[in-house]
Amino acid sequence: MARIDIRNVSKTYPGAATPSVADIDLAIADGEFIVLVGPSGCGKSTLLRMVAGLEDITGGEVSIGGRVVNKVDPAERDIAMVFQNYALYPHMTVRENMAYGLKNRKTPKTEIEARVAEAARMLELGPYLDRKPRGLSGGQRQRVAMGRAVVRQPAAFLFDEPLSNLDAKLRVSMRGEIRRLQRRLGTTSLYVTHDQLEAMTLADRLVVLNAGRIEQVGAPLDIYHRPASTFVASFIGSPAMNLLDAEADGARLRIGQNVIQAGAGFAHRGPVTLGIRAEDLHPAATGLPFRTDLVEELGAQRLVHGFIDGQALVLALDPSVPVRDEMFLTVAPERLHLFDTAGGKRIGTTDVRAVHARVPA
Amino acid sequence: MMNRATPFDHLILILATLFMVLPVAVAIMTSTHTAVDIHSNGLSLAPGGHGVETYTTVLTKQGGFTGQVTGLRMMMNSLILGIGFAVGKIVLSMLAAYALVYFRFRFATAMFWVIFTTLLLPLEVRIMPSYQVMSDLKLLNTYTGLIVPLLASATGTFYFRQFFKSVPDELLEAARIDGAGPFKFLIDVLIPLSRTMMAAIFVIMFVYGWNQYLWPMLMTTEERFFTLMRGIKQILQVWIGSQIPDYNEAFALAILALAPPVLVVVVFQRWFIKGLTESDK
Repeated sequence: MARIDIRNVSKTYPGAATPSVADIDLAIADGEFIVLVGPSGCGKSTLLRMVAGLEDITGGEVSIGGRVVNKVDPAERDIAMVFQNYALYPHMTVRENMAYGLKNRKTPKTEIEARVAEAARMLELGPYLDRKPRGLSGGQRQRVAMGRAVVRQPAAFLFDEPLSNLDAKLRVSMRGEIRRLQRRLGTTSLYVTHDQLEAMTLADRLVVLNAGRIEQVGAPLDIYHRPASTFVASFIGSPAMNLLDAEADGARLRIGQNVIQAGAGFAHRGPVTLGIRAEDLHPAATGLPFRTDLVEELGAQRLVHGFIDGQALVLALDPSVPVRDEMFLTVAPERLHLFDTAGGKRIGTTDVRAVHARVPA
Repeated sequence: MMNRATPFDHLILILATLFMVLPVAVAIMTSTHTAVDIHSNGLSLAPGGHGVETYTTVLTKQGGFTGQVTGLRMMMNSLILGIGFAVGKIVLSMLAAYALVYFRFRFATAMFWVIFTTLLLPLEVRIMPSYQVMSDLKLLNTYTGLIVPLLASATGTFYFRQFFKSVPDELLEAARIDGAGPFKFLIDVLIPLSRTMMAAIFVIMFVYGWNQYLWPMLMTTEERFFTLMRGIKQILQVWIGSQIPDYNEAFALAILALAPPVLVVVVFQRWFIKGLTESDK
């Protein structure tokens, strides 16, 4: 149990002109579950590996539990890591895999046995303790990898895309297991993924990274409802938020020939990027003229792809709503997101947090 | 799925097997006849009645000028050479490969290519300098002198390097987080993982060492260091006057020289194939 502080951390690989990770500032509270999310190459794994000590830190400082660990060996950092490809020792049994780290730390034998037994019970690995990893399924292997982390009772868990090698169904159930386990143990966790759904469901706080920099930090729902930039808006949420070119004139927004009202108090002139979530658009008698192009049936909802004034758009409709070739769409003014066209940063703040009651933790 | 084997396939396989096995069978059978018998009747495919005494003679008879060397002694020397070679080469090339792959020192790649190009140079090229060095170190007529100069192995280093490169980096990282230093990682993880590779290299190197002829002949002048390969030669050289060479004993020695490598291959066969073909990670 410990807090992790990441202060101005940068990583520049030798010979690289630009840093892979630049000026990351992040304070992680004790017991918090932080998810680093971003597209591949955004530096999220590099950041995690710097916390783990597998990658040298070229600028800034990482401290775990108040101790600066920049020069500390990975084994001495009191962290445990779960890897994407599990990284189990193939020649050791499940029991030996879990015990190896403790054995190297000269933990007493009885204590090792007790901890392994406890972890095996927690992760339902009891029947497999004497098997080799090759005799296990992907999900079981991942549980062993987690067991190996759990028995160490470290200050922090580091997860490097641990579910990416599993099939979709298993991923969902393992996701739940990881969350439950983390709640139960209360261990500070840092979790890297490129899957925004995984990020949303697991995180206490989400860190969205782009090109080595933090785009936004916040609770998953805050980020979903108030993305700080067009990058976050298009990355978090599925389907991605619709982004349309529009022209602002005070509270009036012009999309091609059509004009809609932005929320009160918005006063901006010039080109803006208008963001609308697919589920916030509704068919109505009048409004924005929409031409349907393609319908995707998902069962619980249907995604309708089409165009407004030549700009691609997708809306999520209830299957009971009829889809016509030509429709008019409305959107509540408080559900509009406005971004600066040039920089992509959010402008015109309409607070929508009140609209969605937080799920009690 | 492969096609069903036809009788024709079997015919080819049987012919090939006969082609490989017949000479060995002839050698075994002929070795059980007396020398005179062989001299007058030629090679034989039927067993003779003198097998036991021929092999006993070959294994125990004191031979050579000094009478210091028996077949058993030569066999032991060959075994020492073969096993010493194989084990030494595995240890040395594994450590070299470990350094090349896991320690990022300068010129590691260049170093590897230097080692690799020595593959192009057979022993014969450096045989005089090697002899000179051993002679200066007063290591002629010792097992050390026989084994050590041939231990550096580009082939072994190459195989181990490729194998270590195929071991996922995460395994090293997991071990580092688990508190294993470089030495523990080698002992606890890499060596157990490379067991099949070691078996494969052991087979190759044992046979290579066992079959050495030129180097032992240069390095050792004392008969107590003679290997089987030299023993066979020795017997066939005694064609003096009207004396009939001991064909039977030469054949028996040849069979004895053949047996241990065959045994090693048979025992290690499964691992051998595994080590060279499959990566078990």
